[in-house]
Amino acid sequence: MADGGIGLWTVPLAVFGGAIRVSTPFLFVSLGECITERSGRINLGLEGTLVMGAMSAYGISYLSGSPWLGVLAAGITGALLGALHAGICSLPRVNDVAVGIALMLFGTGLAFYLGKPLIEPTAARLPAIDFGWWSDIAQVRAALRINVLFLIGVALAPLLYWAFKTTRWGLLIRTAGESADAARAMGHSVLLIRLRATMVGGFLAGIGGSFLSLFYPGSWNEGLSSGQGITAVALVIFARWDPMLCLWASLAFGGAAALGPALQSVGMTSGYHLFNAAPYILTLAIMIITCSPKRTLTGAPAELSITR
Amino acid sequence: MTDRPHAGDKTFGVEAAAMTMRFGDFAALDKVDLKVRPGTFHALLGENGAGKSTLVKCIMGYYRPTAGDILVADREQVIANPKDAHALGLGMVYQHFTLVGAMTVAENLVLARDDVPAIVDWTREKTELAAFLARMPFKVPLDAKVSDISAGERQKCEILKQLYLKRRFLILDEPTSVLTPGEADEVLGMLRAMVVAGDLTILMITHKFREVMAFADEVTILRRGKLAGKGRVAELTPDDMARTMIGAEELTVQPARSGQVGKPRLELEALRALDDAGAIAVRDVSLTIKSGEIVGIAGVSGNGQRQLVEVLAGQREAEGGAIRVAGDLYHASREEMRRHRMSLLPEEPLKNACVGGMSVADNIAFREFDRAPFSSGGFWLNRAAFRNDARKKIAQYKIKTRTPDTPMAALSGGNVQRAVLARELGSKVEVLIAANPCFGLDFAAVAQIHAEIMAARNRGAAVLLVSEDLDELLELSDRLVVMFHGQFVYEAPTSAVDLTEIGRHMAGH
Repeated sequence: MADGGIGLWTVPLAVFGGAIRVSTPFLFVSLGECITERSGRINLGLEGTLVMGAMSAYGISYLSGSPWLGVLAAGITGALLGALHAGICSLPRVNDVAVGIALMLFGTGLAFYLGKPLIEPTAARLPAIDFGWWSDIAQVRAALRINVLFLIGVALAPLLYWAFKTTRWGLLIRTAGESADAARAMGHSVLLIRLRATMVGGFLAGIGGSFLSLFYPGSWNEGLSSGQGITAVALVIFARWDPMLCLWASLAFGGAAALGPALQSVGMTSGYHLFNAAPYILTLAIMIITCSPKRTLTGAPAELSITR
Repeated sequence: MTDRPHAGDKTFGVEAAAMTMRFGDFAALDKVDLKVRPGTFHALLGENGAGKSTLVKCIMGYYRPTAGDILVADREQVIANPKDAHALGLGMVYQHFTLVGAMTVAENLVLARDDVPAIVDWTREKTELAAFLARMPFKVPLDAKVSDISAGERQKCEILKQLYLKRRFLILDEPTSVLTPGEADEVLGMLRAMVVAGDLTILMITHKFREVMAFADEVTILRRGKLAGKGRVAELTPDDMARTMIGAEELTVQPARSGQVGKPRLELEALRALDDAGAIAVRDVSLTIKSGEIVGIAGVSGNGQRQLVEVLAGQREAEGGAIRVAGDLYHASREEMRRHRMSLLPEEPLKNACVGGMSVADNIAFREFDRAPFSSGGFWLNRAAFRNDARKKIAQYKIKTRTPDTPMAALSGGNVQRAVLARELGSKVEVLIAANPCFGLDFAAVAQIHAEIMAARNRGAAVLLVSEDLDELLELSDRLVVMFHGQFVYEAPTSAVDLTEIGRHMAGH
């Protein structure tokens, strides 16, 4: 079996590898946003959180030499931004969507400002596990080099699914998201529940950002995110607020995004820009098929400002 | 479980002494005394806005009263928040359900506990819940989603939740407002039995005299934030109680039923509509209403009445079937509404029939604002005409508003409905559709609205009255139809209906 002799198999392999690489930040941000939205609040600021996470992870990894410290720093930064969002939203008559947009601009702006000195240096990167050792085809080995964060994210999705059903925190978050009145009548502080849910959501989004700067593409620059955070927020709606569906949606989105580069690599040069738009076309198509003006979204938390 | 000084062992009483609650200049409660003796069923009567809810919210710790004391089991207690009240063994069942619709009954019950474990062992919890239910007088399906069970089952679920939490003093806020008469009697009868057995003390907010007479031992009556009367139910008549509630206020006299039933005016032909979730809410219903008659639609809320009214109002598209007005197909366009003189009194008028931020005068002019005299050439508006017309109608319909320019949202519920009434019934009416027109309004407003609906009928309008209040339907309708699961399951002239028969059909039997 000659190297590179797998012909058209390159495309599905590249799509598979790409799906895993591209989907990781989507996965973390959408799982985080899933927690926040299930508590009845929407945090559009996760785009800013993602970029801040990428910047702080890169900075801390560079300064400390440990990429895992970078990941932790990204998480903490994200949680702090989440706390800021929740804190502002706790004030009366504040709209969470508007605050989210403001924080999106604030986060990206702050990251660009603080990250200026980080464009040049190279930081320690996150490790990957080589699942393709058994093969001697380069493409197979490349596709099966799977990053550790992706594996954590994949484990996190069923864990969250389980936690929403069987833990006290899961039940409380769902109650706050479905009926704030019910939560209050039971003596719980809805604002506190949402503060924590938004902080956890920010923590995960920050980690999603660390993947961008520490694994793929693996450096810090200002064009790093290009709207992935906001797309991940949309993925949550698309996944009907279900963590398992968030996982599948992220993978589908990642696979579609890898289609363009994969076709390019087998020599398709014309129209590959069109394939780069595949994830957006896919999202739009599914949205149109599954939505109807005559129905409300199923599974939507009743307290969410978009469904109320 | 946490230590509950009064829970679990025996019943206890609650007393409120000289309770006063001020919101700014307005006194919602003015030195009100309430004494609920242990092991009794106590009714709290009063009109909307009389201060009943404020009083119990002070007891439950939602409001901090401006002045006054609360005694639980004869000991003075400071109740700063609902958690304090719960710890004392006080529980409240709210008028609007506090169950989470997207969760199962079991999840809702476990969730309500103070000591929900960090990880819930559902197998064990369900065994324990089943054992608890076996001891209770009513049953609920544990694994069903709350949004899928009936209103009666939800109300039982709310009460079970309080008993599950071992609360021995229950406050019920209009617990039967969404139940059929049969369900109401069942639930209240079981609670009454628990009170008699010495397991519970109950304070029930209500405005239904029938329930007070049948189930309560004692009654306290509030009027405009003040204590208006109290006593043993056995020594009072409904008339005594009504007079104490209303005071000296004069009510509009309803005109007598008169006139002839004419030709068919509004016809529904196999009308079908979906709800927001895409399920069928109205299943191929057909109905003919003639001019000069009121047809009442009875039913527990959530059986498709809302969607039916929305289709007639043009707020929802029909999935199938047809609506005819005076023989012509009707699609709820503005031109058709004008031509056929359609009027609409939807439920929640502030949301469905008004723009809260616009003035009373603007809201009253919605039907006619683009025609003379309000507008010239369909473009320039004549503000003076708006105001003159509004002033006339404000006087005629006794709308309490400071000026015609006051925003609609600043008016009380009764006055919002009066303003809608002025707009919809102020000129000639041929078809009137009214949905729960009196929900949450005081006696004076109810009497006025009933009188106007009857007057419109006597002038020859075809009236469709959708209501959850059977007494209202029996009083006004010429013909009664029961709606269940989106279908009309029973129809009879009002003079010939039997209340138990109606109740059975409302419950789907």
